Amino acid sequence: MAERNMEKKWFTISVYSENNVGLLNRISGIFLKRHINIESLNVSKSEIENVSKFTIVVYTTPEWVHNIVGQIEKQIEVIKAFSHSDEETIYQESALFKIASSLLFDERNIQNIIKESNAQIVTVSRDFFVLSKSGRRSEIEEMYEQLKPFGIMQFVRSGRIAVSKAEMQISKLIKEFNQ
Amino acid sequence: METLKKEKAKTTKQNTIRISGAEAIIHCLLAEGVDLIYGYPGGAIMPLYDEFYKFQDKLTHILTRHEQGATHAAQGFARVTGKVGVAVATSGPGATNLVTGLADAQIDSTPMVCITGQVARHLLGTDAFQETDIIGISTPVTKWNYQITEAAEIPKILAKAFYIARSGRPGPVLIDITKNAQIDTFDFEYEPCKAVRSYKPYPTPDATAVETAAALINSAQKPLIVFGQGVILGEAEEQLKELVEKSGIPAAWTILGLSALDSSHPLNVGMVGMHGNYGPNLLTNECDVLIAIGMRFDDRVTGSLDTYAKQAKIIHFDIDPAEINKNVKADVAVLGNAKQTLSMLLPLINANSHQDWHNEFKEKYKIEFDAVIKNDVYPTKEKITMAEVIEEINIASDHNAIIVSDVGQHQMIACRYAKFKQSKSNVTSGGLGTMGFALPAAIGAKMGAMDREVVAIIGDGGYQMTIQELGTIFQNKTPVKIVVLNNEHLGMVRQWQELFFEKRYASTVMTNPDFVKIAEGYHIESKRISERKDLKATIQEMLASKDAYFLEVCVEKEDNVFPMIPAGASVSEVRLK
Repeated sequence: MAERNMEKKWFTISVYSENNVGLLNRISGIFLKRHINIESLNVSKSEIENVSKFTIVVYTTPEWVHNIVGQIEKQIEVIKAFSHSDEETIYQESALFKIASSLLFDERNIQNIIKESNAQIVTVSRDFFVLSKSGRRSEIEEMYEQLKPFGIMQFVRSGRIAVSKAEMQISKLIKEFNQ
Repeated sequence: METLKKEKAKTTKQNTIRISGAEAIIHCLLAEGVDLIYGYPGGAIMPLYDEFYKFQDKLTHILTRHEQGATHAAQGFARVTGKVGVAVATSGPGATNLVTGLADAQIDSTPMVCITGQVARHLLGTDAFQETDIIGISTPVTKWNYQITEAAEIPKILAKAFYIARSGRPGPVLIDITKNAQIDTFDFEYEPCKAVRSYKPYPTPDATAVETAAALINSAQKPLIVFGQGVILGEAEEQLKELVEKSGIPAAWTILGLSALDSSHPLNVGMVGMHGNYGPNLLTNECDVLIAIGMRFDDRVTGSLDTYAKQAKIIHFDIDPAEINKNVKADVAVLGNAKQTLSMLLPLINANSHQDWHNEFKEKYKIEFDAVIKNDVYPTKEKITMAEVIEEINIASDHNAIIVSDVGQHQMIACRYAKFKQSKSNVTSGGLGTMGFALPAAIGAKMGAMDREVVAIIGDGGYQMTIQELGTIFQNKTPVKIVVLNNEHLGMVRQWQELFFEKRYASTVMTNPDFVKIAEGYHIESKRISERKDLKATIQEMLASKDAYFLEVCVEKEDNVFPMIPAGASVSEVRLK
C-alpha cells in the first residue's frame, strides 16, 4: 500500500440499513479491525420508511475508505453505503452549552456571543440556561472558546450529520428490493 | 433422502402444528436437507438435545469431544459436499469454543450454521450461569448472527441462516437461541428463505466488463491465470478447464483453489504463494495479463504488494465486490458467480497455445525440480521426507483421495505434492491457519464422502491440539486414515527461527508421547514407521484397511520447506534454498 494514495482526508460515510440490534456492533467492528478511529457517529431514521441511516466520520486515506465501505456494504442488513469528501456534502454538528443563569444578566458579552453566533436559547431557569448551536465544527469550537472564560457548566457536541450534494441512489434500490 | 423428502412434505402439509421451539429447530434442519450435525450438549441446549433423541432416525448427531472439533468437522463436511455444515453447542464455554471454527470458516468462505443454546430470556444480562455474549463475541467472525428469544422467530430466522450461509460468498452464521425459546410452543410453519432485501448475494455480471476482459486476454502475449476457491464454491471447474484449454493459458492455483483443476493437466503450472512453485511465483512478475478467478490476493499469495505484478494488467473475477481493489487494483473487474462469468467469457476467447510462454514455466519447473522437488520426493538421505510420504499416498490412492491437512510444514508439503483428479478434494485451513483443524475436519470430510478415501496429514504439533477427536472416530467407527508426520518440532516456526531468527529455537522442540499407544487406547489400528523400506507397504496397508487407521511416520527433523518467499518480500525473490 506504501506507494498508493496514502494522503488522509475527512470522509463522511453514509450507511442505509435495516434497523437491527447488533448492526452497530458489526459496523464499528469493521473500523476496530483496521485500527481506524471513528471520529463521530450518528444513527437516525432516513428519508425512507423503516430504513436507518448511520453517518460516520473518519479521517483516513481514500483507499481505506473504499475498503471500509466495501466491508460495510457486505453486512447482511446494510442496504447501501456511500462515502463522500467534505466538499461533496453539506454537513453540520449540534452543540449544547449549559451556563449559569447569573452570567446571562451580569455579562453583557455573553449576550453578544449569543447574537453573533446565531445560537438559540433553549431554556432559561433560575440556576442555568442552555444554548444550542448548530453549524460547522469550527463555528462551534469558536463559540466554545468564547464562552469558556465565563465558565461552561456542561458542554456536549453531537456527531456530524450530512447530506450529499449529489443524489444517493437509494430509493431506486429499495424499490428493486421490494419488487 | 427419500425419508427427508417425505418429511418435508409432511412438514409443509401440517403447516400449523403446535410444537416446541426445540422441535421446530429439528423440522427446520430437516427442511433444509440437513441429516448430519456435530455438537456437544450442555444445560442451555438440552431441550434441543431432547429432540435430537426423538428424531435420531432422521437426524444423526455426532458427539465430538470438544466444540471446536464440531465446527471443524462441520467445515470438513461442507468443503467436500458443498452443503452447509451444522454445529451445535451450549451457551457459555460451549459457545466460545466455537469461535476458532467460525473464524476459520469466515476467512475460508465455508458455509456453516452454528446453533448455540443461551440462558433464558429473563436471565440475559444477569451474568447467569454459563451466560456469555456470544453474539458480541462472534460478530467479527460470522457472515451473520442473530439471537432468538422467542420460539415463534425460529422458522424464519433458521431459514434465513441457511440462505445466508450458502448463498453468494458462503460463510458461517451463528444463531443463539435462548432456553425459553426452545421450550415454548408455537404454531410452526416453515418457508425456505429466498431473498433478504438488504442482501444481494449474486451480483449481475456486466457484459461490457466481460468483453473488456476477453479483449485483454485475447491480446495478451504472456497471460497467467491464478484461480482460487471461488471456482470450487461456484462449481465452475468445467468452465475453468475449458477456458484454460481454449486459451492455452497456464493456470496456477492458490492453496484453496487446489483440486479445482486436475493436477496432471498439462496447463496446470502449480501453486502460487509463499511456498508455491517457482515458475508461477517468478512469472507472476513477467506476465502481461493476470487473470485472477475467485481468489482474494492474500498476502501469503502476493508477498509485497508494491512489487506484485506491477507490469501486468489485472483482471479480477470475484463474487464479492469488497474484494475488488482491496489488495490489488484491478484494471478490469468482473463481478459474479464464477460459473456464470466464465461461461460468458468463454465464447469470446480466441483459441491460442502460448507455447513459448508455457515453455518458460517448464524451464522454471526444471530448475525447481533439480533444486527442491528431486530431493523432497526422491531423497537419497537416510531419513524419510514428508514429500515422499505424500507421493506414496498419491500412488497408492491413484490421485483419488481427499487430503485433509493441518497447518505448518506438512501442510505446505501436502499441498505442493498431493495430486488430485477430483474437485473438492483438498481440505485445509488456508486463511486462518488453524492448527488442530485436520483431525476433526477429516471426520466431517469422511462423513460427507463415505465412498472416498479420506487421508488426514497432520504434524505432531497440530495433532495434539485436537487429538481428543480420536474418541469421535472410535465411537462412530469413522474410517479415516490419519497420518502424523512427526519431526518432533513445530516445524514451520522452527524453519523461520533458523532462517530469520538466527537459529534461536524458542519453544519449538516437542517432546511427544507415544502416539501409537494413544491411538491404541482408542482401539484404532496403528503403526509407526521410521524407515523408507517400510513406507510403501504400510501406506498400502493403511489404504486397504476398511477401518480407521493411524500411521505415524518419523520424518527428518530439520527439513525446511522450499521454495519460499520470505514474509513481505516480492514474489520475484522466491528462494530455492
